[in-house]
Amino acid sequence: MTDKKTIKIAVTALNAIDSPGPGVSVIRGLREAESFDVQIIGLSYESLEPGIYMHDIVDKTYQIPYPSSGTSTLFERLMYIHEKEKLDMIIPNFDAELFSFMKLAPKLDKLGIKTFLPTIKQYEEREKFNLPEFGEKYGFNVPESKAIHNIADLYSIGSTFDYPLVVKGKFYDAGIAYNIEQAKSYFNKISAKWGLPIIIQEFVHGTEFNVTGLGDGKGNTISAVPIRKQYITDKGKAWGGISVSDKEMLDLTDQFISSTKWRGGFELELMKNKEGKFFILEINPRIPAWVYLAIGAGQNIPEALVKLAMGMNPKPFSDYTVGKMFIRYSWDMIVDLEEFQQISTYGEL
Amino acid sequence: MKIKKNVAISDSGFIFNPDTGESFSVNPIGLEMLEMLRNGREYEEIRKDILDKYKSDKDTVEKDYHDFITMLKQYNLIENDGQKDD
Repeated sequence: MTDKKTIKIAVTALNAIDSPGPGVSVIRGLREAESFDVQIIGLSYESLEPGIYMHDIVDKTYQIPYPSSGTSTLFERLMYIHEKEKLDMIIPNFDAELFSFMKLAPKLDKLGIKTFLPTIKQYEEREKFNLPEFGEKYGFNVPESKAIHNIADLYSIGSTFDYPLVVKGKFYDAGIAYNIEQAKSYFNKISAKWGLPIIIQEFVHGTEFNVTGLGDGKGNTISAVPIRKQYITDKGKAWGGISVSDKEMLDLTDQFISSTKWRGGFELELMKNKEGKFFILEINPRIPAWVYLAIGAGQNIPEALVKLAMGMNPKPFSDYTVGKMFIRYSWDMIVDLEEFQQISTYGEL
Repeated sequence: MKIKKNVAISDSGFIFNPDTGESFSVNPIGLEMLEMLRNGREYEEIRKDILDKYKSDKDTVEKDYHDFITMLKQYNLIENDGQKDD
């Protein structure tokens, strides 16, 4: 019989929907961890996040306030949850909530709740509108990008950008515009949903690859798995993907981690152009929803993240299986109204 | 002209390029050609082999061979070592 420690971990992003959050995949990794057992506390924003009702995945769920409510409201709610659950760690998985959790991290740490997040400097440096400066500072190829706050600015960017160009939201969403009319349409659509600024980015032709990984905050790579998305939905999300073996991508990831001393999980969105040159299109400062492929390929990133947070010194992964695939699927759960009523009314289930 | 070393070719004609994650299928003759290329066979030998084995003519084999090689190059399955095509 093993005598594994049980760690109580709160996880966000339980929205395993067509544009999924990473929560459920992260939890699957944690439940498969070899070095510890877990109890999982789900943190949800909406009553219809599927993870809330997946009782073999999440032990208990609490609703938390949206980031727009401010960090003190979030902290109060987390204190309530901590009082009841005695949390050991929180893994936030949404871009939009990360800043609040980074701000609260020292206070949470004092209460014995660990996190393992990027620093605020790291988070801000890699923001989409800071990407050109980031590329210059650390020596990466990046597309030209510019943040705009007004739709009229689209008329003045013609001197810097040729069409097609990419119109991106601050946190999510993007569209390729082939003329100013399309750019205006994306500006309105994306800003209505995600606010301002809107980022205008040079369109790089090529093949897209993604890398997920984990940095220890001291410049060392704990994990890195490059993949190619094989099927992308109309929401731009991967529905299938495969692990690949490109050494150049692994070198680039090492360089990213060592030069920024990246702390925590991340996803690099890369474009390889016809000349074989890699461009960093985006750096997501958290574990991606497709992380279960990395776990299936042999690198349990969520487990290693917890070990880093808990001071358990994880050994860097040295290998992964190339040619491992993931194929996402949807599954209808039958849920009793009482459960929906419970989470909607009391904010707990 | 060499097939990249790490490209996986199965007996069923399923090709997997681990660098790009792309996969392809070839028919039995395509598979024979790939195996001959992988074994370092030159164009003249491949042509002779195909003509000995199948009812075809020199011009058709030559055209099909070059079409096939073009496709392999397009899909990045060929070693980029500056060797001649044939």
